[in-house]
Parts: sequence; C-alpha cells; structure tokens
Amino acid sequence: MFVFYMANKARELDDLGFDFLSGSGDFPLSTQWLTNYDANDSLLGAYGAGIFNTVRLVIIGIVLATVLGVLAGVARLSSNWLVSRLATVYVETIRNTPLLIQIVIWYTVVFLQFPRVENAIEFGGIFYLSVKGLALPSLTIDGSFGLWVIFLIVGAVVAFALQWWLHRKEEVEGGSRHAVMWAFLLFAGVAVVTYLVTGTPLEPDTPSVGITGANIYNVNGGIQVEPEFAAVLLGLVIYTGAFIAEIVRGGIQALPKGQNEAAAALGLSAYQRLTLIILPQALRIIIPPLTNQFLNLTKNSSLAVVIGYPEIIFVGNTMINKIGHAAPIYLMIFGTYLVLSLVISVAMNSFNRSVQLAGR
Amino acid sequence: MRLSRLMMMMLAMLAIGMIAAACSSDEDEEVDSGDAGEVVASSDTLKTVLDRGKVIVGVKDSQPGFGNLNPDGTFAGQDVEYAHAIAAALFGDKSKVEFVVASAATRFELLSAEEIDVLIRTTTWTSSRDIDLSSSFTATTFYDGQGIIVNADSAINSINDLEGATICVTTGTTTEVNLANGLAAAGVNYTALTLAGDAEINEAFIAGRCEAWTGDKGNLAGQRSSFPAAEGGPESLRVLPETLSKEPLGPVVRDGDTDWYDVVQWVVFGTMAADELGVNSGNVVAMAANPPTKDIANLLGASFGGAEPSNFGTSLGLSPTFMQSVIGQVGNYDEIYERTIAPIGLAREGSLNASWLDGGLIYSPPIK
Repeated sequence: MFVFYMANKARELDDLGFDFLSGSGDFPLSTQWLTNYDANDSLLGAYGAGIFNTVRLVIIGIVLATVLGVLAGVARLSSNWLVSRLATVYVETIRNTPLLIQIVIWYTVVFLQFPRVENAIEFGGIFYLSVKGLALPSLTIDGSFGLWVIFLIVGAVVAFALQWWLHRKEEVEGGSRHAVMWAFLLFAGVAVVTYLVTGTPLEPDTPSVGITGANIYNVNGGIQVEPEFAAVLLGLVIYTGAFIAEIVRGGIQALPKGQNEAAAALGLSAYQRLTLIILPQALRIIIPPLTNQFLNLTKNSSLAVVIGYPEIIFVGNTMINKIGHAAPIYLMIFGTYLVLSLVISVAMNSFNRSVQLAGR
Repeated sequence: MRLSRLMMMMLAMLAIGMIAAACSSDEDEEVDSGDAGEVVASSDTLKTVLDRGKVIVGVKDSQPGFGNLNPDGTFAGQDVEYAHAIAAALFGDKSKVEFVVASAATRFELLSAEEIDVLIRTTTWTSSRDIDLSSSFTATTFYDGQGIIVNADSAINSINDLEGATICVTTGTTTEVNLANGLAAAGVNYTALTLAGDAEINEAFIAGRCEAWTGDKGNLAGQRSSFPAAEGGPESLRVLPETLSKEPLGPVVRDGDTDWYDVVQWVVFGTMAADELGVNSGNVVAMAANPPTKDIANLLGASFGGAEPSNFGTSLGLSPTFMQSVIGQVGNYDEIYERTIAPIGLAREGSLNASWLDGGLIYSPPIK
C-alpha cells in the first residue's frame, strides 16, 4: 500500500524521470579507470566512470584486505610474543578508531607529505614517488600480442600434458621424474622462443618526468597511482584487514585443538599444519562473516568522497549540485551499491557452498 | 522464490526512492504530503520568522570577507552583515540571528528542508539553480568572477601556461564547470583535483599536489589574505588576470514565498539605495528627523513636507522605519563593503561592485 502511495506521489511530483542523464556532464574527473569520460560526455558517462572507480577500489581492496587479515589473524595466534603483540596492537588500534579519520590521516599526513614532482623519490629511473602519486612501470602491447597469447596457450596445454605423462610414469615406475620442473621449463622455453618470433609484442612503458606549460612537472607514462586512490585504498585495506584478522583468529580457534596436535604427530611442519589442516577447515567458519566484511568494504568505499576520489557518491553529489534531481540520483546510487553488494554476496555464497562438507 | 525475493527488494528500493523524492522536492507542498509537520508553514516564512523571534541564516564559515568564523566564535563578512541587516529589519535588533554553517553540497537541501530561512553563502545565481532547485535568488550583493591563483614565484602568468597542471577546485560548485569550459576554450589540458572545501584545498596546494587553485575571485582574495605566514603569507600567492566566469552572489530563499522574498530583496536594495542617497549609519538619525529629499524620506519611512510617510515598510509587513534600524545598526552597502570585503584586498572603486553612479553594477530599483 505504502509503496503504491509513494509511487503515485512521485508521479505527481514528476521527479523520477532519468532523461536528464543524457545532458552533458561539463565537469572533469581527476581519476579514471578503464573509462574515458571527458567533460563533454553525458552525465551517464560520468556516473559510469564513478562506478568503475568504485569497482577498482573494491576489487583491489578486497584482495589486499583478505591477505592482510589472514596474515594478521594467524600472527595473533603466533607463539612468538612479539609477533602476536604487534598483531594485537594493530587490530585494536585500527578497529577502534573511525575509518573516516584514518583515511584523512593517510591522505594529509602521509601522501601529501611526499616531495614535489621535481624532487620526486626515484628508484632506478622506473619508480617515482611524489605528492602527485606513485608511478610504476607497465607493459604496453602491440599488434602481435594476440598471436603470442595463442602460442602461450598451446605451450601451456603441451606442458600440462607432459607433466601428466611424467607423473603417470612416476606412479607406474616409481622414482622422481621432476614432472613439474620439466613442464615449467617446456612452457618457459615456448614462451621465450615465441616471444622473440612474434617480434617482442610487449613494450616496457617506464614513467618519466616531463615538463609542460610554465615549469609544470608531471610524471608521465606507466601506471599512475594517485595519492587520493592510494590513501583510500590503504585506509580501507588496513581497516577491513583488522576485522578480517579477528574473523580468521576466531575461525582457527573454533577448531578442536586436536587437529593441530594430530597434524604435528604426523610430522607435518608448522607451515604445512597451517595451510593443509587448519586453514582449509577454518575457511568453513570464516566465509560467512568474511562476506560481511567484503560488503562493509564496498559500502565504506564511499568515504573516498572526503578526499576527492571520484567514486559513485562523489560523482552523484556533483551531479546533484549541477542539475538537482536528487531523488533519481540517490535512487541510482542506492541501486548501484545494491547490485555491487548482491554480486559479492552471490559469489561468496557459492564459494561458501563449495567448501562446506558434503552431506552436512 | 528467488524471483519474488528480487521483486520485494526492488519494491523496497522504489519505496525509499519515493520517500527521497517526497522529501527533497518542495514544489508540491501540500498539507497531505506524508512528512507534513512544518511543511504547512513554508508558504509563510515571514510569519514563522517573526513568531520565532529570530532569523536562521545559512552562511559559510571559511571565507574571509564573506562568511568567516572568527577565533572568538562570531561570524564576519558581507554575507553575515546581510543576515544582521535582515534581523535588524525584522526585529529592530541586528543580533536576532542564528547562523547555520552550510556546505557547498548541502546548502540547497538545508534551504528546502526549512533548516534555514535564507541562504547567504556566496551562492552563484544560475538558471538551473533558480529553476530546478526550487530556489529564488533575491538580489546580487557581490558581482564575482572565477579566477585562478598560483604561487607568486611560479612561472605561470596566464591560463595558457597551465598545460599539464593539476588544478584544485571545490566540489559541488559552478567553478568545476567554468574551469572545464574556460580551459577547453584555451586549448589547455589539465587535471582537476576536486576536494571538499577550502581547508582541504589549502592543504593540498601547500603540499604541491596542485599547481593552481581556482575559485571565485572574492574567495581567492580572502584565502590569499589568510594564507598562513609559515608558508609565505599573502605575498606568496598571485591571482592570474583572467576571469573565467560571471558569478553574481546573493541571498537565496525558497520558491513560492513572495512575502519573504520581498523582505529579503528589499533589505538588500535598501542598503544600496542608502548608498546612492548618501544615507549612512552616522547620519541616519538626522536624515530621518529631517529628510532632505522625498527619496530619502521614502527609504526611511519618514514624512516629507507634511505628507504621509511612505508605506514601504508596512507593505512588506515590517515596521515603517525598518530601514532606519538596518542602516543605523549595520550600515549602507558601502559601509558593509568597506568593513568586510575591502580588507581582503578587493577595492570597490572601479570594480563591478561600485555604485552605478560610479560606473559599477550596484543599483537599487527606485523606492516609491
């Protein structure tokens, strides 16, 4: 009832059309990833660029936060006093302070303190670190890249076949045939030879300092990591990592102690016990709360707006300020986060099903 | 099952969107609109304000010369003076003002949500804001234009030198669009770094994150005047000669409330008329007792040559002598300008903000 009432109301207000999105944006965005929006493009294009900026933050953030969280969670249970205390201090300071403040601190106290481009910190002429960001070397591809990839795929198939054949020989005849090593050597050989044959399709793209206009220094080329992106990413990763660390610790501690002791009795090393016995079982406990943390990271990425990283909320706010239509734009933002979160949920739920014990 | 759950979700989404629509649009303020409450009163802001005994004004807190928070907690600036002028007109007491700090991004929401009665926050009058955002611009108190500021010792002398530069700009302002248009016209490639406010931009500019900083010239002059001495003070910054845009700034009220609109508008025009007529805070008492001309008598609500006093004040729903309070307690346009904007280094003489009698644009319609 309520929904119908509201829908009717909105129709009266006539403010739920999305026609305005085809109008030109007129505002530039400082950072883009995979998109090519410029100020003459439509508002929809601007919003799309905002979505890609958020997705970039979320994907890299989730991967790094998971790695950091697992490391910190395991470290908290370490028998090494220093390691476990350091992990505890990290978790307790980070998860008990607001993320917003952490992001602002990363930005103003860390990334804005790097030297100007003309005095950039330089590593071997290929890495540059300055107040305008971190520049890394990258590779650019040319026309014969596709051909080389085909050779690589063929090489990989042949290498797998070789490995399988040698492995069978091991099982039948006994002894070691170094199956993996030979397969890898074969693949590497194919890769190198075809790379040269196809005319070196990858070109290194190293950043360099350029001067334009009136003594304006920039680092051009390579991969550019803007300070705004880096600050938000670092803030999200470190913050979410602290929560993931607690989830990992809880997951490991929920396992019966006997698991670790039995594995030790079998003569497995500490590393083998962790990676072969403990973590695979803890994973079943960890995944559902981990999904929550991934969703939190996704939504927290909207805090990037405070330091000017042009993600969804940032672009949405600019659009509202330019043309109004707050209701449809907030509805779009709402829908976008809903879709992003649902995609993550669906992926994590299917992963969860795949690691659960069959028959349970 | 799966499908119906999705449907539910979409309906919920829709419902929330509708609520947002109902709240944010004030074109349709019927008594029955779900969130009625104070909405009913919106068509009579003047009465609401008079009953309340104070006027609530949205101002800026970080722009010397216009709206700035002093270290002692008081506000100062031209926008703030006009807030005081409105209070003096309504209550005969310029102190009956409550200031609400409005950010660039939230100011129109504050206004349409009736958190504030009038928005006086260096807000540029544009067609889309006037039409789409359901707001009405009353008058222009300052004719500004967008400029660019750079380090004084840099080699940048015009916008053509900005090729490859990163330029800091405040989010949610018309300056973003003007910058894009202005530099596109000059054929200059640049990167815009959009930050939340002047304080953040100050930080980024000092760090060298951006080579230039764009904003309204009135704002840039204020920022320059308060640039930290540790970083070189005002002398270390230079404003480029180009003006990228027209930025008429002035008080804004909600649409559809003509009585309140008239009050705000005529208080502003009254200060301009006083400037034209030579009435100031020093001579207003003498002028009211014995007005030298009919125009001055009309402005001050005094009788001239035995005739009835004009109904200028009473027709607005105010005291007949409201302009005496405004001029006596706050001053005329020139006094306000000299007290607030002149100190940040923007001379009135020869600028667009000179009186029309001196070749500027400050002009009051006749009061009669």
